[in-house]
Amino acid sequence: MPLIVENLHKAYGDHEVVRGVSFTLQPGECFALLGPNGAGKTTTLRCVLGHTEPSAGRIELCGLPVPERAREARTRVGVVPQNDSLDPDFTVTENLLVFARYFGIPADVAKARVPELLAFAGLEAKADAKVPTLSGGMKRRLTMARALVANPDLLIMDEPTTGLDPQARHLIWDRLKGLIAQGKTVLLTTHFMDEAERLAHRIAILDRGQIIAIGTPRDVIAAHIEPQVVEVFGDWNGHAGGAAAWAETHAAALSSRFEVSGETAFCYVQDADPLLAHLAGQGGLRYLHRPANLEDVFLKLTGREMRDE
Amino acid sequence: MSKLFVSLDLSPSRAFAVWQRNLKVWSRLAIPSLLGNLADPLIYLLGLGLGLGALLPQVQGVTYISFLATGTVAFSTMNAATFEALYSGFARAHQQKTWEAIMNAPLSLDDVLIGEVLWAATKSLFSGAAILLVITVFGLASWQHALMALPLVLLTGLCFAGIGFIATSLAPGYDFFMYWFTLFISPMAMLCGVFFPLEQLPSFVQGAALVLPLGHAIGAIRPLLLHGELAGVWLHVLVLLAYALSGVAIARVLMRRRLLR
Repeated sequence: MPLIVENLHKAYGDHEVVRGVSFTLQPGECFALLGPNGAGKTTTLRCVLGHTEPSAGRIELCGLPVPERAREARTRVGVVPQNDSLDPDFTVTENLLVFARYFGIPADVAKARVPELLAFAGLEAKADAKVPTLSGGMKRRLTMARALVANPDLLIMDEPTTGLDPQARHLIWDRLKGLIAQGKTVLLTTHFMDEAERLAHRIAILDRGQIIAIGTPRDVIAAHIEPQVVEVFGDWNGHAGGAAAWAETHAAALSSRFEVSGETAFCYVQDADPLLAHLAGQGGLRYLHRPANLEDVFLKLTGREMRDE
Repeated sequence: MSKLFVSLDLSPSRAFAVWQRNLKVWSRLAIPSLLGNLADPLIYLLGLGLGLGALLPQVQGVTYISFLATGTVAFSTMNAATFEALYSGFARAHQQKTWEAIMNAPLSLDDVLIGEVLWAATKSLFSGAAILLVITVFGLASWQHALMALPLVLLTGLCFAGIGFIATSLAPGYDFFMYWFTLFISPMAMLCGVFFPLEQLPSFVQGAALVLPLGHAIGAIRPLLLHGELAGVWLHVLVLLAYALSGVAIARVLMRRRLLR
């Protein structure tokens, strides 16, 4: 198995950040760890890589026990960290070559591999550009290429598209899909639900240090939430309070479950037809009918309040 | 606090890769870097050596400029190692996340730290060697003695790189290093006989040079360069080595606590 995490705990003083996390990655699978800020995603990754010692639990990375043999295990792992950690003193190509040296890859082998890595990152034209001249998306692609320099069995990506614009994000997704299609095992963390739904074979939702849902995106949605969502918003025939007031009076009868967040009522339903027929007769109200997605599950399970680390 | 004192996890070839990375960065700026390292000591040497030296009779049996030059070798080496460990070290360890990236590859913190200490010592060796060259060209020391001084210069660099990384592991930002210089480096220059013999100081201060590492660096290098004298060098070598090793040992614990928590 590329990665086994069993009953992982990590505490800092009295504060337990990871509280009994278990999951196993199958070869060739893309597994996403989802969670709000402070849920323990990054701490879990740090334990997995042997960068911090777990308080309890067992980790096996590429068949080797971590942290005992973490260094050896990391020869078969590529990591795309959350922060930009490219070497600003070097060009794009030099970043790849210098990093290859850390894996003990001979210079000629590394040189021969560079064109392929540049092509993967779409940076052929930037081979000799200095890192500070690259855009955010280019830097992230170079970081991915750098993680692949030793042809790893497992790729670990910590929030790979945070801070990127939609164009850059789609490019990263394309590269990542390519890698998954090639059979690479990928572990990624993200708080973008659409990213997880698009890329991951399986997901785990992490909250307050515990996995609260795990499975394929489809199964997790089916297990935790009604299949249809109707978002209702706008004015309601001149009633004060608009959609929220409407929800107070009608939502409970017309949906299995509803929530009001700000000016919007979220109605979760098995069958949307009665609700939609009702809404058609209400002046001023507007609505959006859509299938339930991971974000709905995520918000249901982790709540709507802000998480500031 | 558990497991702070873990056994050394060092792979020499991986540590060497860190050293090579830094050499590669330095090599493209080598000439301006060396000139910069030379300019400062040369200004002191010429200004004080010639200007002040003209007013002074012999100092400890040699011309003042010879006395000063031999102290400057140790002083510049100390400065070069300290600057590299503090400012450049901080940039790589914290600010630009170079260490974080490297430790995602199969390198341990020990590999990175020891590669960095060796690099800072190497860079200070370049700088010390450049000054030795100038001194030799000026005829202030023989080239044989200058060559023999190189290992002592490297050891001086190791010592200040080792203890310098203690500061780097503690520093919240670059401003912190001002303390290191004003409280440690600059006083040492005055207390350890770079510019004038220790005997000029009140006796209760003279003892400081017996404890401070720069005193031992000068104690080892100056007699060798001036008189080819190596008697008593072993004590100095041992003290410098002890400083280097304890510096690395402490920096290692502090860095582990900061980066691998």
